[in-house]
Amino acid sequence: MHDLQCESLSKRFGAYTAVNSVSFNVPRGSFFSILGPSGCGKTTLMRMIAGFEEPTSGDIRIKGQSVLSTPPNKRPVKMVFQHLALFPMMNIGENIAYGLRCRGENKADITRKVAQVLDRVGLPGTEQKQVSQLSGGQKQRIAIARCMVLEPDVLLLDEPLGALDLKLRERMKIELKQLQHQFETTFLYITHDQSEALLMSDNVAVMNAGQFEQIGSPQELYNDPKTGFVAGFVGDSNRWPGRALSVADGKVRVALDGGGEAIATAGDDRIAAGSTVELFVRPEVLSVGPGAENRLEGTVESLLFNGASSRILVRAQGGNLIEVGQAVMDGTNRVQPGARVDIGWSHGHGRCFSVSR
Amino acid sequence: MARSDVTKLSFILLFAPFALWIALLIILPQLGIGYISLREKVGPGEYTFGVSNYVAFLSEPIYWNTLLRTAWMSILVTAMALIVGFPVAYYIAKIAQRRSRAALFLMCLIPLWVSDLVRAFGWIVILRETGLVSSFLQKIGLVSGPVEFLYNDATVVMGLVYTVVLFMIVPLVSTLDGMDNSLIEAGYNLGGSRFTVFRRIVVPYAMPGIVAGCIIVFMLTAGSYLTPILLGGKNSMWFTEQIYEQFVTRYNWESGATFGVLLLVFTSFVVWLGLRLTDQSLASTVAKD
Repeated sequence: MHDLQCESLSKRFGAYTAVNSVSFNVPRGSFFSILGPSGCGKTTLMRMIAGFEEPTSGDIRIKGQSVLSTPPNKRPVKMVFQHLALFPMMNIGENIAYGLRCRGENKADITRKVAQVLDRVGLPGTEQKQVSQLSGGQKQRIAIARCMVLEPDVLLLDEPLGALDLKLRERMKIELKQLQHQFETTFLYITHDQSEALLMSDNVAVMNAGQFEQIGSPQELYNDPKTGFVAGFVGDSNRWPGRALSVADGKVRVALDGGGEAIATAGDDRIAAGSTVELFVRPEVLSVGPGAENRLEGTVESLLFNGASSRILVRAQGGNLIEVGQAVMDGTNRVQPGARVDIGWSHGHGRCFSVSR
Repeated sequence: MARSDVTKLSFILLFAPFALWIALLIILPQLGIGYISLREKVGPGEYTFGVSNYVAFLSEPIYWNTLLRTAWMSILVTAMALIVGFPVAYYIAKIAQRRSRAALFLMCLIPLWVSDLVRAFGWIVILRETGLVSSFLQKIGLVSGPVEFLYNDATVVMGLVYTVVLFMIVPLVSTLDGMDNSLIEAGYNLGGSRFTVFRRIVVPYAMPGIVAGCIIVFMLTAGSYLTPILLGGKNSMWFTEQIYEQFVTRYNWESGATFGVLLLVFTSFVVWLGLRLTDQSLASTVAKD
């Protein structure tokens, strides 16, 4: 059973196509993310689901029922806005009670439900507080509580963590996931931040230029990207342009533009000998030292210390820049800037996509 | 010169025009008016002090009736300016495209480029017995003879609304402009109807602008002179007309000053009452940052 289904949904503004024939299903109770760079059409998509934009074509179904002719205030979809949009002239209790009062529920029920939902988001007894008295993370939870008290079929979240500072954002990611578990409601989450999408989601759709590039679990997207865009957008990657020399058994031999050769998995079936390709290799699969299947020689340019995600920057002989992960910088490292090193990785770890010119 | 002296000097230079304006043009004349209003003339060049001018005002029903009527009609004008001004402000701030907003705002300001006097005569040209409306109605055969639209209360109220509505629109546009559209969308998303969103989200948000606009419009209307006199004629019974008459026609400065003080006190009282009733304060409306 799917809580939300979109079928070849399109939206055109004049000659500009913001959303181009997007189809997807969100299973009940799952956390689904739409990940894409700004301007890819993900906000338009969400606004269509909420009912603020009318699709040019296609259908939106919630629990199997088409909602195209349902006005926004009648849809069983609630939305957490980017800047939360808590009503500043109401206190916390009134903010949460707003939707219940619109439904015409009686006072005693409203009071009970407001107290209940505040309890569930971990802010019991804050009914009388003003919005401005809360911290960023608390406002976040109130915005979610305000929607969840109405028991929607689908909760839409439009980059709600964008306005928070880094530390709080890290904490809220985990908290959001926990809240989703607790409420057992379908969450549709929109973000441009791949770590938010990967960390919280059951499924992620990567969106680019109005279309879905790939839908899959975070692991699938990370380990088995289907397009060059997904390979480059999800997670960090070294990205080198080159030319395919030969293709056999799903493996491509690539001559890199900067010099050097490598064998990698073919990412799509349009690659033929002679076609222009891009090779993607994740920093963490690269190792320093001889003996690997693929090998590039280079000079260490600099060491970038960033705790667990530290990097070694290596300039390959041909001029390509190589980012190497797996760098333990506890002072015992023998790699120094200026040193000549071999960078290696196995055939299966590189992935090659054709480039349409 | 020390740095703190420079700061002090620039503070004085910046503050001086404001202080002079307040002191010379507002406080001093009001003190003068208040002083004259407490003066009683007992003979040529001879005065004593007392409240007999105020007693005279209260004992003459025509005076305080005129004041009450002025206040009442000003409240009516304020309410109508709000009803007319709010949709205009909402359209400019929330519905119009960003590009056309400045042009629309400018169009609202155009009437200010013409003096009050000329605008009032414009209304006279349209509404008098031989004016545009009258002759048009005769031409299409709706009425048989010329109709006089001037010199009644409805015309005065309409003319005043027309004159002051701009001062309602400006504060409303600036408050509504600061309202995030997502508040309105959230209002719908959580199940509110158009009316609920308007009543529970738009109006409370715009309240400071509404109150500021109402105060400005009420004060301007109650203190206006030209429009009621020209459109209402002799029987407009506007309080400012009484003040003018005391000062100029009767040369009774004491009585005129008394009326002036009473107008100020009474309109201030109405504003205070309005603020109390709407649960707002001056600090949260007019002086909103």
